[in-house]
Amino acid sequence: MFEDTTLPQIIVENLTKTFRVAERQAGIAGAFKGLVSRRYKSVEALKGISFTLDAGELVGYIGPNGAGKSTTIKVLSGIMVPDSGRCEVLGYVPWKQRQAYVSRIGVVFGQRTQLWWDLPVVESFELLRDIYRVPAAQYATSKSELVDLLDIGPLLDTPVRQLSLGQRMRCDLAASLIHSPALLFLDEPTIGLDAVSKLAVRDFIKKLNRERGVTVILTTHDMDDIEALCNRLIMIGGGEVLSDGTVDDLRKRVTSERWLIVDMAEAGVTIDDPDATVTESDGPRITLAFDPDQVSTAELISRLAARYPVRDLFVQNPPIESIIARLYGGER
Amino acid sequence: MTSGALTPYLSMLSARFRMGLQYRSAAFAGLCTQLFWGVIRVMIFTAFYRSTTHTQAMTLSDTTTYVWLGQAMFALLPWQVDTDVQSMIKTGTVAYEMLRPVDIYWLWFSRAFAQRIAPTVLRAVPMLTVAALLLHLKPPATWQCGVAWAISTILAAVLGSAISVLMTISLLWTLSGDGVSRLLPAIAYTLSGMDVPLVFFPAWSQPLLFALPFRDLVDLPFRLYLGKFAMPQWPVLFGQELAWIIAFVLLGRFLLAIGRQRLVVQGG
Repeated sequence: MFEDTTLPQIIVENLTKTFRVAERQAGIAGAFKGLVSRRYKSVEALKGISFTLDAGELVGYIGPNGAGKSTTIKVLSGIMVPDSGRCEVLGYVPWKQRQAYVSRIGVVFGQRTQLWWDLPVVESFELLRDIYRVPAAQYATSKSELVDLLDIGPLLDTPVRQLSLGQRMRCDLAASLIHSPALLFLDEPTIGLDAVSKLAVRDFIKKLNRERGVTVILTTHDMDDIEALCNRLIMIGGGEVLSDGTVDDLRKRVTSERWLIVDMAEAGVTIDDPDATVTESDGPRITLAFDPDQVSTAELISRLAARYPVRDLFVQNPPIESIIARLYGGER
Repeated sequence: MTSGALTPYLSMLSARFRMGLQYRSAAFAGLCTQLFWGVIRVMIFTAFYRSTTHTQAMTLSDTTTYVWLGQAMFALLPWQVDTDVQSMIKTGTVAYEMLRPVDIYWLWFSRAFAQRIAPTVLRAVPMLTVAALLLHLKPPATWQCGVAWAISTILAAVLGSAISVLMTISLLWTLSGDGVSRLLPAIAYTLSGMDVPLVFFPAWSQPLLFALPFRDLVDLPFRLYLGKFAMPQWPVLFGQELAWIIAFVLLGRFLLAIGRQRLVVQGG
């Protein structure tokens, strides 16, 4: 089903895209002025993005709003034509060989549905089956698999407009996979979902990647998505790649800091230690930040346990949010 | 092309057609409106024929038939941009259209064709029945004329679809499409003969009206029905209709290719 897995599936080199945006001054005078002469502002959405991706990877593509995430996805999926740069996906140049290329990929835009609003879900599936020219037997297998995995059997005959957001997202995921693509782009697939639906969607994405070997590129603002799913993280900001590596690499690059969370036997204890700084104090719970290169975790723990009334303690890595916030902040 | 190659387009056409057939109350209301307007138009023409002393280019009975055909085939005219595509462009869902492994022109054409024929089928059959039984709609001049009318009507549906796809493609520049949805139908309505049969227009305008594509939508099929063209002329007339179809399809494909390059799907 998949071709040579030793070659990179996606090669992106120096991709650039600039948008021209008409500007209008505020107020009535501004509106009239805009009738006569328009000022345009150039927005560089992509300023030379480069990365490669191998088959079977599950990559988080993250960045703040306006960083160029969606633009990249739109270029990679053949919707948008970049200004310059090279891009090869599954051996195709997406915007040049669009028709042949798009039958091999699946795309879900979390904020938009590809299902027909007025039709029962299953009719959208059948329309997609015909549009992708999926043979009847293959459609039957792939549909029953997706229905099982996503638990959407009871929803198939419901018109799409009557589905909840979580139900709709599960159906949208199924719709994007009816033609068994080798590569799946997910643009904010968990946006607006409740906790249960998020878990269901995450679980499905993980299975798809592990069991079916589908390569997944995921954009998201949800850090839990990233920690739960991604073995690799490409972070962009201002149209450039800021970092590319595993979640641990990213942690190391930004900070080697660890957190020690201590529960005291009573509230109001103040900790004073030369190797640790208090970052948060909430009743009996105190959070300390320390650098494991300066003081070993064991040493710090025994020192604190000897000096203070410690009831419980545990060590953790700073949450990915704070790492990313630091990296974003450093860029501005 | 194998039959499999057409599957996506036929499937889109059939889905859109079935959706169009859902709007039964709209079709019924449309039928009533068009019957009402038809009666008024026939009354106006009757008054006109009674008051004029000149011999007119068409007899009153021909004109009456022409009016009823027009009321029945009303929905074939390119009335608006494709509302599906319009809302997709507004919401950005149009991105999904670009992700389908099909030719976007023919995909949009299939939608447009279904949007033309679904309401026409719903309205034309009852309208023609009522008009034939009660309101002086004549049968075709000869059975051959009936066949020529049918062929020309099918070509008119294709031409109307090609024009409305072109209107839809203009959305890639204008986004809203409200302008073209008001302007073009107004022009098509008058120049096709839907308003007043084209023979009533001044003599000097006849060659121009004849050369334009709009007459192929209404005036040509109706006059074929009435037997106004001799059989040897038919190939030329069909040829002209076909030539306009090809021209609009080529223009549409060309503009779509350009429009796609500048497509920007904004937002997250």
